[in-house]
Amino acid sequence: MTTINARIPEGPIDKKWTQFKSTCKLVSPANKTKLDIIVVGTGLAGASAAASLGELGYNVKVFCYQDSPRRAHSIAAQGGINAAKNYQNDGDSVYRLFLDTLKGGDYRSREANVYRLAEISNQIIDHCVAQGVPFARDYAGYLDNRSFGGAQVSRTFYARGQTGQQLLLGAYGSLNRQIKEGKVKLYQRRDVLNIVIVNGKARGIIARNLVTGEIERYSAHAVVLASGGYGNVYYLSTNAMGSNATVIWQAYKKGAWFANPCFTQIHPTCIPVHGDYQSKLTLMSESLRNDGRIWVPKDIEDARKLQRGEIKANDIPEEKRDYYLERRYPAFGNLVPRDIASRAAKERCDAGYGVNNTGLAVFLDFSDAIKRLGKEEIERRYGNLFQMYEKITAENPYETPMMIYPAVHYTMGGLWVDYHLMSNIPGLFVIGEANFSDHGANRLGASALMQGLADGYFILPYTIGHYLADMVKEPRIDTKTNEFEQTSKEVVDRIDQLISIKGTEPVDYYHKKLGKIMWDNVGMSRTEQSLTEAIKVIKEIKQEFWKNVKIPGKIDEYNAELEKAWRVADFIELGELIAIDALHRRESCGGHFREESQTEDGEAKRNDQEFAYVAAWEYQGKDKEPLLNKEDLIFNEVQLVQRNYK
Amino acid sequence: MNFTLKIWRQANPKDKGRFEIYKIENISPDASFLEMLDILNEKLIREGKDPVAFDHDCREGICGMCSLYINGRPHGPDDDVTTCQLHMRKFKDGETITIEPWRAAAFPVVKDLIVDRNAFDKILQAGGFISVNTGSAPDANAIPIPSHIAEEAFDAAACIGCGACVAACKNSSAMLFVAAKVSHLALLPQGRIEAAKRVKAMIAKMDELGFGSCTNTGACEAECPKNISIAHIARLNREFLCANIKE
Repeated sequence: MTTINARIPEGPIDKKWTQFKSTCKLVSPANKTKLDIIVVGTGLAGASAAASLGELGYNVKVFCYQDSPRRAHSIAAQGGINAAKNYQNDGDSVYRLFLDTLKGGDYRSREANVYRLAEISNQIIDHCVAQGVPFARDYAGYLDNRSFGGAQVSRTFYARGQTGQQLLLGAYGSLNRQIKEGKVKLYQRRDVLNIVIVNGKARGIIARNLVTGEIERYSAHAVVLASGGYGNVYYLSTNAMGSNATVIWQAYKKGAWFANPCFTQIHPTCIPVHGDYQSKLTLMSESLRNDGRIWVPKDIEDARKLQRGEIKANDIPEEKRDYYLERRYPAFGNLVPRDIASRAAKERCDAGYGVNNTGLAVFLDFSDAIKRLGKEEIERRYGNLFQMYEKITAENPYETPMMIYPAVHYTMGGLWVDYHLMSNIPGLFVIGEANFSDHGANRLGASALMQGLADGYFILPYTIGHYLADMVKEPRIDTKTNEFEQTSKEVVDRIDQLISIKGTEPVDYYHKKLGKIMWDNVGMSRTEQSLTEAIKVIKEIKQEFWKNVKIPGKIDEYNAELEKAWRVADFIELGELIAIDALHRRESCGGHFREESQTEDGEAKRNDQEFAYVAAWEYQGKDKEPLLNKEDLIFNEVQLVQRNYK
Repeated sequence: MNFTLKIWRQANPKDKGRFEIYKIENISPDASFLEMLDILNEKLIREGKDPVAFDHDCREGICGMCSLYINGRPHGPDDDVTTCQLHMRKFKDGETITIEPWRAAAFPVVKDLIVDRNAFDKILQAGGFISVNTGSAPDANAIPIPSHIAEEAFDAAACIGCGACVAACKNSSAMLFVAAKVSHLALLPQGRIEAAKRVKAMIAKMDELGFGSCTNTGACEAECPKNISIAHIARLNREFLCANIKE
């Protein structure tokens, strides 16, 4: 096992980042023009990084699989972005945001990283406002805030229910400016299929042009992965259809460690599954829990009648409704963190109190809020979400409560990075959801946007400079070198292998199969037995996939099935690692709930003695068990206690 | 529900293209339009045929990647939604549904129903931004902005760049798209400084890329899935005029 050095600066927690910035190595403006950087992904992390690095003077090449950088899935984030501005004068501070995030993550993240995130949060808001992001404002013209789960202050900045869209368009604007300046070159409709390592350092990538099918090579002095999370391993999730783990997974197979893969977030408020043809799940923003109250019937007979369609929500009188979050968690009520809200919904539905025909839904009710604030105000706050709900379900949430159920939403795990956001492969940086760094075992609402932008705008530009200062003397490398030839051949061979299987089942057949075993056995609740079985089944799915998948068309043309096949092949392998990690972590923490490890009242029970570490898995070769490296988590600022939201 | 689908098939930009007819059965009224196409494609794959290529990604109406001209309307018969949020309950059982790509000279077909909308990126690259470097911003509350101005800017900023406005316009004009960005940034104090330069650069790029002129038919507003108002085109015209007078 390798000893892990996360390169956390010395000194008190509130001085570490300042200390780093004041002492890190710098690259002179003239030298920056000699250095090339590849950025994979154009979401909040990728676009903000590419734009900021371009502003600094580096030559940036940025890649996305969509037709435009603006389509990246950050665009779909609804609720908001946290910052410790304390504009509400309600007791917020950098330290409190740090504590809330650390506690929300169930003490499985690095103190130093989380503190830095909280520290940077305020600068993000300043920058985004300057870019023209139209955040919500009060009648005097100052910025407005709302509350999110896991916090007792209002620190979430928002732009209606489209905060991610507005922040991404801000970053995309900055990116466009650098494209115009010629500092950033954009490559759209490209799948980045592998990284190229030269003399132990990340020096390039292999991409497939999705329109022509051409395999392309690009070299640089450093490679930044900002390719997002891997929620689509579960088939049904709130991720975009194209969201994939390919480049981080291939980097893992080239030696980058994969950290805490089993930390996946199941979001409590999504529109329930309605049919087996369904392709994705739609989130209803956590912000709705500011004003919506979650309930199921108290009486199981009422629940059964709801399930059979004999009565409607409004037929159940107030005294026969069980507002179970308010009952179980009086201090936080409907605003408990996501993992807790999701498990509580599952608990009620498993006990038979579900409210739709499948028995897998709970109510999210706005009638009290409409009475208190008026329909107009609710429409101002959540109008687009209500409209979206109505379009999908054909029900009017102003009149009948929404029905919601948990769904896979975000992955806290990802490639291991140190304090510099660099993986264990020198020159390979990983930012945003693609890394594991800041959210521990559970991410708080409105923290993903904060992290993506902190990484891209404010952290990476410093840390990558520190690395590149030593790369100034390294010349650009030709993409005809052995290393590029070799990796390119690996990519071509795998594509040839996929297309020549010519089996009988389409890619989605295997993706759905994988998703089902992942959701059933590696989902909201996990046991030794469910996980052992999952590993076995996933191995079978993998074998069958490589024997029998059917991919139409050719490799040198637009071929959506071929794209999917490569991605699903990676998801299958990653699914197995998620299960392996979940099996080894014999404790419950955050989104990872092991039934064997719970308190008397069914809350997640951590085991800090044995598991207060980051599990960084190292690839050992095809069909070999991965090696577990441990980075011990050291807590100086907080006492580890059982999370309590009661 | 059962449907007859009349779908535009075109192997590549050079291919002439043609309609092909497909029958599809047992579709749930709760399925989305794209899920219906998924089912068709699965069938085609099993039959050893080439699946229909179409753009899509988030499937929740915000990324702007899905397109499709359905029964003569961009994003189909339902109002205020993108194709991915259109559900089959909006069609009649047994109906024939015609599906085409966006048709505009500036959006060449890539394959089947996929078009190249890179021209939109190019217009925004010409000036659709505020030139602020990371790290140089003052405190976010330093400049109060009246809430109704911020809301109006938001209405314009809600554009998802899907191209429905261009597809709906008989002239294939991109005015609503350009107006949305110009208006969003011109309304905010941060964006005023570059307003004149921005509007001229974006209009010049729009003209260069082969989009048509605006003749005020209002089709763009009617078909915009995000309800962007043509009042923003009025503001664009005013901004453009003022920018040229100043010169």
